[in-house]
Amino acid sequence: MTTAVTLTEKEEGKVDKNNRPSSVVLKKLLTATGLPLVGILVFLLFWSFAAQQVDTSLGKFPGPTQVWEQFGSLYDEHTAEREKASAFYKRQEKRNEQRLIQDPSYQPKIRKYTGKETFLDQIVTSLITVLSGFFAAAVLAIPLGIAIGLSKSLNTAVNPIIQIFKPVSPLAWLPLVTMVVSAVYVTPDPLVAKAFITSMVTVTLCCLWPMVINTSVGVASIDKDLVNVSKVLRLPALKHVQKIVLPAAIPMIFTGMRMSLGIAWMVLIAAEMLAQNPGLGKFVWDEFQNGSSNSLSRIMAAVVAIGFIGFLLDRGMLQIQRVVSWDKESASL
Amino acid sequence: MKRLKRLKVISVGVALVMAFLQTPLHAEKLGFPEKEELRFGFIKLTDMAPIAIAYENGYFEDEGLYVTIEAQANWKVLLDGVIDGRLDGAHMLAGQPIAATMGYGTKAHIITPFSMDLNGNAITVSNEIWKQMKPNIPKMEDGRPVHPIKADALKPVVEKYRADGKPFNMGMVFPVSTHNYELRYWLAAGGIHPGYYAPHKGDVTGKINAEALLSVTPPPQMPATMEAGTIYGYCVGEPWNQQAVFKGIGVPVVTDYEIWKDNPEKVFGITAEFAKKYPNTTVRLTRALIRAAKWLDDNNNANRPAAVKILSQPNYVGADYDVIANSMTGTFEYEKGDKRDVPDFNVFFRHNATYPYYSDAIWYLTQMRRWGQISEEKSDEWYKELAAKVYRPDIYTQAAKSLIADKLIAANEFPDFDKEDGFKSPQKHFIDDITYDGTKPNEYINKFSIGLKKSNKL
Repeated sequence: MTTAVTLTEKEEGKVDKNNRPSSVVLKKLLTATGLPLVGILVFLLFWSFAAQQVDTSLGKFPGPTQVWEQFGSLYDEHTAEREKASAFYKRQEKRNEQRLIQDPSYQPKIRKYTGKETFLDQIVTSLITVLSGFFAAAVLAIPLGIAIGLSKSLNTAVNPIIQIFKPVSPLAWLPLVTMVVSAVYVTPDPLVAKAFITSMVTVTLCCLWPMVINTSVGVASIDKDLVNVSKVLRLPALKHVQKIVLPAAIPMIFTGMRMSLGIAWMVLIAAEMLAQNPGLGKFVWDEFQNGSSNSLSRIMAAVVAIGFIGFLLDRGMLQIQRVVSWDKESASL
Repeated sequence: MKRLKRLKVISVGVALVMAFLQTPLHAEKLGFPEKEELRFGFIKLTDMAPIAIAYENGYFEDEGLYVTIEAQANWKVLLDGVIDGRLDGAHMLAGQPIAATMGYGTKAHIITPFSMDLNGNAITVSNEIWKQMKPNIPKMEDGRPVHPIKADALKPVVEKYRADGKPFNMGMVFPVSTHNYELRYWLAAGGIHPGYYAPHKGDVTGKINAEALLSVTPPPQMPATMEAGTIYGYCVGEPWNQQAVFKGIGVPVVTDYEIWKDNPEKVFGITAEFAKKYPNTTVRLTRALIRAAKWLDDNNNANRPAAVKILSQPNYVGADYDVIANSMTGTFEYEKGDKRDVPDFNVFFRHNATYPYYSDAIWYLTQMRRWGQISEEKSDEWYKELAAKVYRPDIYTQAAKSLIADKLIAANEFPDFDKEDGFKSPQKHFIDDITYDGTKPNEYINKFSIGLKKSNKL
C-alpha cells in the first residue's frame, strides 16, 4: 500500500510541473497497475474453479491455495536440509579428528554435503546452467555472425547448414551430446559434473542459431553510408568491426540474444527432465515419478517458479539491451 | 639437503618397521576406505530401503564413507551409470549383474557382495481385466477370492482378446528383471505363453510365439501407463502395485511371495574393477548395508514405520506414507478393502536374505535359458562358474565376520560361515509346485512344459 501512495505522490508532483489535471494521471496509473491486477485475480479465480473440476488419479488438480502452501513447505524443507547439512559438517570434522589420531598420515578433507538438493538449490543449478550455456553460445555465435554478415560468400556457403540445423530441437541432440560428453570428458577428478556439461552444451546448441542469424542480419544491413564512411577513413578491418559494425548491429544482436535466452530456458527444463540432470526439470520429473498426493501441487509450484524466472531473465536482458543499445526503439517490450 | 635426505631415509625406515610390526598384529582389522566419496544410484522402489537407511542412520558415515544417493530414470540408465563410473554402486535387479557379466545387453563384469531383499513384487491387472478374471476365481465363504490366484483365471481373458485380434500387452520393468521372470513364470504356470527371446537372431523383444506380449516400462510409470490403456497389467515392485489400488485403477492379483516363496529380489551391484581397486571400501559399504537391513527387520519389523517415513521423502521413493506403509508393514491390499497379512512381503534380513547365494544367481540363469535369452544348452558347470563370478559371498563373509568381531551383530544372525557352500537346499514353494535344486540347473530347466529345454534352439 505504502508504495502505491508514494508512487501517486510522485506522479502528482510531475503533474503539477506539466500542468495537467491529476485525474487523468490517476486514471492512467489505474489502467497500468489495476488492469493487470484484475487480470491476475480473474485468472486465479478461474484456476481455482477449474482445478475443482479436474479429478486425476492423484486427487483434485491443485488450486492456487495448495500451490501457495507448497511454496511454504518447499521453503521449510530447504531450511531443514540446511540444518542437516551443518550437522553433517560437524560430524565430519569430528570424524576427521578421530581419524588423525589413529592415522597421522591422513590428510583430512571436508567433503560437500551429501544430502538432497532442495528446490532452491535446483533453481540455482538451473540458472547457472542456462547462463553458462548462453554465454558459451554468445562467445561462439557473435563472431561467427559478424563474419557471415560481413562476407556475402561466407554467408552463401554457411547458410544451408544453418537453415538445416536451426529447426532441429536441441532435445534431439541430447542423446548425442550425452554420449559425446561422457566419451570426451574423462578426468579422474572432474571440476564440474558431466551432467552439467551435457545440459550446458544442449543449451548452447539451441542458443547458437538465433544469435548467429540475428547478428549476421544485423551486420549485413548496416547503413551503406556508415560503411562508406569507414571506407573513406580507410579503417583497418578490426577497427571497422569495432567502431562501425558492432555498434550498428548491437540492436539486432541483442534481439537475437533475448530470443535465444527465452528458448534456452524452455529447453533446459526439458533437457533436465529427459537426461535427469540436476535442476528444476529434474525436480518436476522426480515429483511426477513420486506420484504422491502432494506431487501435482509441487509440480505446479515449480511451473510458477519456472515462469517467473523466465520472465525475470527476459526483463534482465531487456534492461541490459536498453543500457547498451543506441536504438531504444528495438528495446521495447 | 643432505640432512633432509637422511631424515627421509629414516622416516621411510621407521614407516617400514611400523608396517611390519602392524601387519601381523592387525591382520584381521579392516583398513580405512580407499575411496571415501561414493555415489549410489537407485530406482524409486521400496526395496531400495537398505541404502536409504544406511545413509539416514549414519551407517555409511560410521564406515568413513560419504555417500550421495541419486534416483535414476530407469534400469538401463542405472546400469550404464555403474559401468561408466558415474555411479560407484547401485540398487540392481538380480538379473542385471548376471546378464552384464554374461554379456547379454551391455557387457561388463559386475559383481554383488550383498543381496538386498526377498520378495516385494506383485502382479497387477487393470480394473477391466479384473472384472473379466473374477468369475474364474474360486471364492472363500466371505465372498473374497481365494489366494493365490493362478494365471488359469487369466487364460480365458487372454484367449478372448486374441480371438478379437487385440494384442494382450503387459508391462515389466526390464528384460533381465526379476519381474520379467516372475510374470513369465506365473503366466506359463497358467498355460499362457509369454514369448521367447532369440538374441542370436537379433530378436531381443521376447515376443516369439507369445500369447501375452510383455514390454518394458519404468516402475514409477507403470500405473500411468496402465491407466492410459497401453498395457492391461504389469509386474512391478512396491509401491507401484499399492498405488494402483489407491488410485483405483487396478487390482493386484498375486504377490511374488506366492509365485516363489522367499525369492531373492534386488542386489547391490558394483563393478569387479571397483571391488579390486577399493577392497576396504567394498567391505565397508557391505557392512553398512548389512546393518541397515538388520535394522529394517529388527524386533519383528518394529522399525518399519520409521523406515516408511524416510522412504516417503521426495528424494527417496516419494510416494505417500500410506501407500508405502501398506506393503512395508506386513499387510498387502489386493482389491480395495481386501487387506491381508503378508508379514514376509518385504524381507530385508531374516532368512539370511542378505547373503548372496549362488543358487539364487543360478535360478535367474535357468529362467534366462528357459526364455531363450541364453540361446544354447549349457553345462551345469557353466551355470555354477558364472554364478561364482558374479555373486561374491567371500566379500559378504568378510564384512559379516568383522561386524561380529565388532559386536555389532551376533554370529547367530548369519549363516554358519564354516559350513555354508552358497547353495540353498532344494526349494519347494513355487506356484506350480516344481522343486528347484540350484546344484542341478539343467534338470530343473527340463521340468517345465512351456519353455526351452535340453538342446532346443530357436
